[in-house]
Amino acid sequence: MVGFFFSQVQGLDPLTSDEVLVAQNVFFGLIALVMILAALKMVTTENIVHAALYLVIVLAGAAGMFILLGAEFVAVTQILVYIGAIIVLFLFGIMLTKGSFGTEEGEQRERNRMAILLGVLIVAVTSGSFIDSFRDAELNRQAPSTTADIGDTIFGQFIIPFEAISVLLLAALIGSVVVARRDQ
Amino acid sequence: MTVFNLAIELAYWQQTVIRSILGLVAVLLPAGTLVYLYLFKMMSFMQSRLGPMEAGPYGSLQLLAEVGKFLQKEDLFPRAADRVVFKAAPFVVLASTFLLVLVLPAGPDAWFINIDTGVFLALAVSSISVIGILMAGWGSASKYSLIGGLRAAGQLVAYELPLVLAVMGVVIQAGTLNVQEIVLAQANGEIFGWGGIGNPFIITQFLGFMIFLVAIQAELTQPPFDMPVAESEIVTGYLTEYTGMRFLLFFIGEFATAGIFSALAATFFLGGWYIPGLDPTSNLFNLIGPLVLVGKMLLVSFLIFWFRFTYPRFREDQLQQLAWKVLVPLSLVNIVATGVLKVVF
Repeated sequence: MVGFFFSQVQGLDPLTSDEVLVAQNVFFGLIALVMILAALKMVTTENIVHAALYLVIVLAGAAGMFILLGAEFVAVTQILVYIGAIIVLFLFGIMLTKGSFGTEEGEQRERNRMAILLGVLIVAVTSGSFIDSFRDAELNRQAPSTTADIGDTIFGQFIIPFEAISVLLLAALIGSVVVARRDQ
Repeated sequence: MTVFNLAIELAYWQQTVIRSILGLVAVLLPAGTLVYLYLFKMMSFMQSRLGPMEAGPYGSLQLLAEVGKFLQKEDLFPRAADRVVFKAAPFVVLASTFLLVLVLPAGPDAWFINIDTGVFLALAVSSISVIGILMAGWGSASKYSLIGGLRAAGQLVAYELPLVLAVMGVVIQAGTLNVQEIVLAQANGEIFGWGGIGNPFIITQFLGFMIFLVAIQAELTQPPFDMPVAESEIVTGYLTEYTGMRFLLFFIGEFATAGIFSALAATFFLGGWYIPGLDPTSNLFNLIGPLVLVGKMLLVSFLIFWFRFTYPRFREDQLQQLAWKVLVPLSLVNIVATGVLKVVF
């Protein structure tokens, strides 16, 4: 399936040509539909392992979207980091801690209220900022930047933020070791 | 864009059909070859026995007999199993295998996808199988399966690091993440000005090659890294509740992945589809390239299966220690050394 997308992008060079790409639009619609359904199932399902697996579908859909846009590096990073690492960590944590999940009624209602509030806030803030910054600007179709360009940018222009993030991650790592460790 | 340099231009849908069929072949053929050649015959010879001899000459039809046997079996589900997750798990593992085969080039024009991020994609999709294994372990609703699934996930995550880091040396030396260009970098390379055999990276990246071999052995959960399916403790780990067709899918996935990982090792370290003495751009390689790649793949997988039949199983803590305390530091040293030498020379 992914191979199909890749050859699609290469064969037609959709990002530099002006023609309307039917196949790309069809796949955008399909992926968007699957993502929305999976996202709805994810927040409504009672089973926490199922929720994590629905999240896999949503994230894979996002990777597919990036491929349709020709941003293969971002797509592969999405797969590697989110599906290959974070979801695996979720599943691992769930399976190590609890087998089955009973829900307490009162706690559940409280949590639902908070979740709805948070969801509405996120939608309002992000859609507001998107509409405000792009308004009626058209998508700028240009050839995607190559992996080499991304590497040059990260290790040239953004070297200090990049290093700062790695120090932050190291601090988090050491912190978790200190918290988890029992001193003898 | 053509798969083989034919005189006719193929339409997009024709190319897609050809690619799909060849992808299927590229997954199933190595799996069958490895099972018959190594698992049936070589293991038997190493243990002074003949192996399967009844079905066909020298037991060559044994594979068909095995597949027939699995297909006849009843499709059983544990009563408490989470049916959807249980059913989907083998397909997730197989999906990872099918995505992995996409990045392998088998000739100058014979490839499935030729993208800038090939190595990165290979390493990313190989991690999807962890989710399938966790699904199998959890969905079976059996404690053996769950323990096996958790062990497998822990092992796969641990050995993914040395796997990725070992390839980094090759990427630094070739200066690209594109698998096709890594092959060409080896074909056009020179050893101190002598370009007779190109520059297969196994010479300069021997440490990386060894780390890669150990890491793929562990990624395949093969002995000596078969703690997740240790039969004396947890039956067959996450495979315990699977029968018939679904077990067969896991089995095909395991051996197909063994073949594809071997082919990746051959591509990164042994020069891929290239053989010395010929022009790497010549059209000939579109025909003999796949054969060369399969030959090199059989060589690497011979090593994998040799270790598999020779060494006893690691204990769980030894297995994790090997990954974190030996392989990861070694591969980091390898990356630093490669980087320094790359700048110096």
